[in-house]
Amino acid sequence: MAGIALRKRPHIARPTAATRPPRVKGATVPVVEFEDVTKVYDGGSIGLERATMKIGRGEFVFLVGPTGCGKSTCIRLLQKELEASAGEISIAGHELSSMSRSKVPRLRRNIGVVFQDYKLLPNRTIYDNVAYSLQVIGEPRQEIRRKVPDILALVGLSTKLHNYPDELSGGEQQRVSIARAFVNHPPLLLADEPTGNLDPETSIGIMQLIYRINRTGTTVVVATHDSAMVDKMRRRVIELREGRIVRDELSGLYRPDESTTEFAIRLRGELGVGHEGHPN
Amino acid sequence: MKLGFFLREALRGLGRNSAPALAALLTVLLTALVLGVFIPIVQATTGTANEVRNRVVVDVYLNDGVTPAERQEVRGALERTANVKSVAYISKADGLARAKEKNPKAFADGAKLLGGNPLPDTFRIVPDDPGRVKAIVDRVAPRDASGERVASLAGIDEVRNKESDTEKILSATGLVKILTAGLAVLLIFASIALVANTIRLSIFARRREVEVMKLVGATNWFIRWPFVIEGVIVGAMGGLLAVLLLTIAKETFIDPLQARFALLAAPNTIDFGLLIVVLMVACMAVSATGSALTLRRFLRV
Repeated sequence: MAGIALRKRPHIARPTAATRPPRVKGATVPVVEFEDVTKVYDGGSIGLERATMKIGRGEFVFLVGPTGCGKSTCIRLLQKELEASAGEISIAGHELSSMSRSKVPRLRRNIGVVFQDYKLLPNRTIYDNVAYSLQVIGEPRQEIRRKVPDILALVGLSTKLHNYPDELSGGEQQRVSIARAFVNHPPLLLADEPTGNLDPETSIGIMQLIYRINRTGTTVVVATHDSAMVDKMRRRVIELREGRIVRDELSGLYRPDESTTEFAIRLRGELGVGHEGHPN
Repeated sequence: MKLGFFLREALRGLGRNSAPALAALLTVLLTALVLGVFIPIVQATTGTANEVRNRVVVDVYLNDGVTPAERQEVRGALERTANVKSVAYISKADGLARAKEKNPKAFADGAKLLGGNPLPDTFRIVPDDPGRVKAIVDRVAPRDASGERVASLAGIDEVRNKESDTEKILSATGLVKILTAGLAVLLIFASIALVANTIRLSIFARRREVEVMKLVGATNWFIRWPFVIEGVIVGAMGGLLAVLLLTIAKETFIDPLQARFALLAAPNTIDFGLLIVVLMVACMAVSATGSALTLRRFLRV
């Protein structure tokens, strides 16, 4: 499954063993660390309850669970859009609770974010939307002129540079949003229901794109309730339920009760192949 | 590079949100027009009121046959008194001459009747603040236990401040001043509120945009500058239009009338050039700070 992602697009060099960051957990500072994190909203509803997890460099993690289970809360906490009520969140060793307001923009520049509703700037062309996140970091204009068409070609939108977001399909808009998130090569990419508004076909394309970004060494956290996608990708799954982490599996399925054998049978049936190759 | 970028962003913002921008511009234009008309009116009114107030004086009458030495002593004492701006000496002869000048008919044949000059030598005191006239009188001639005024110096016969006149002038002009000042404050507040509110609405329509900018990692000032520049542009355009209209109105209506009406030609009204500068600066400042302040709410992401 994973291999498909790289077949069609040769732009990103497949990371070699040398360029790929070490995947040994604990050896380096984890990219994301939740330490007993609780988030209680002003109204009293609980977004997250005593969540503890570590995500290492280069990992691809699914946050799964029904709506309202705390997936989006996690993503928004990581951007410091929300403040944790208790506990400590660290990103690459930096504690978010003690981070001053003036440092927040720098944090966000190092985190690419993809939203369910794309959140593109409606008054700007596709080109300008992507360019904005480079302008924000003060990139010189010739660099922007070089990088933006590159990344848009990478996501397959080189013909629509000067269209406005509302002239694009949902899948295309999500590609723009991914291009924007990745154009300055952040070490961490967060995606909040990136395929939530898209049909299954388009979703696969989007997920492939995100997977390719992961293969360049970027740590990726995807919040989703797209069970088919999670089952196909077979990556690390962290399941949340009513704000608690109830499962953390290294190569999991969306549904925990399905054993590997059951999955294999289902997969064989779905794909019509003789044996299941473990992804990646 | 940065300034160019912000300027282009501001122009893009104006172009893409022309309807709210136009609304803001019109608001600025109208309030500037109203202020432009009102400021000279307030100034003329308070100017007139002040002129009237400055007529308030205290007269210190000296005893007949006062010696020059005593006179000097009184003059020195008066000049040292608090709240006294200036002291002028009017001799008997001067006093008579002035009275004649004021009312020539009465003195034409009256000189014979009077049989001499009944006027005393007088020191006329101009107070530094018309409101302090009473205080001056109290200092020069304090009341004794029975309530009678007793002059503080030997040469002084009587201290007068034309009490009823003074009182009337002071209360009437005071009221006029308070009223116009109150109106001016109200009008300025209304203008600021109106302009700020229109700008608020136009930014409110774009709050999602601001939110996204924040999430992409833009610093507050990176987002704010284009909005502030937009505010300055809108303010400048509105102000410029208002000034243009005011100039036309002044040239066509006021200037021809000025010769005939004293109020319009009152020397105390603000210089037209200065008025233009004040209006322009106020327009730009209000709409720019309005933009910046409104943004604050949406920048807290």
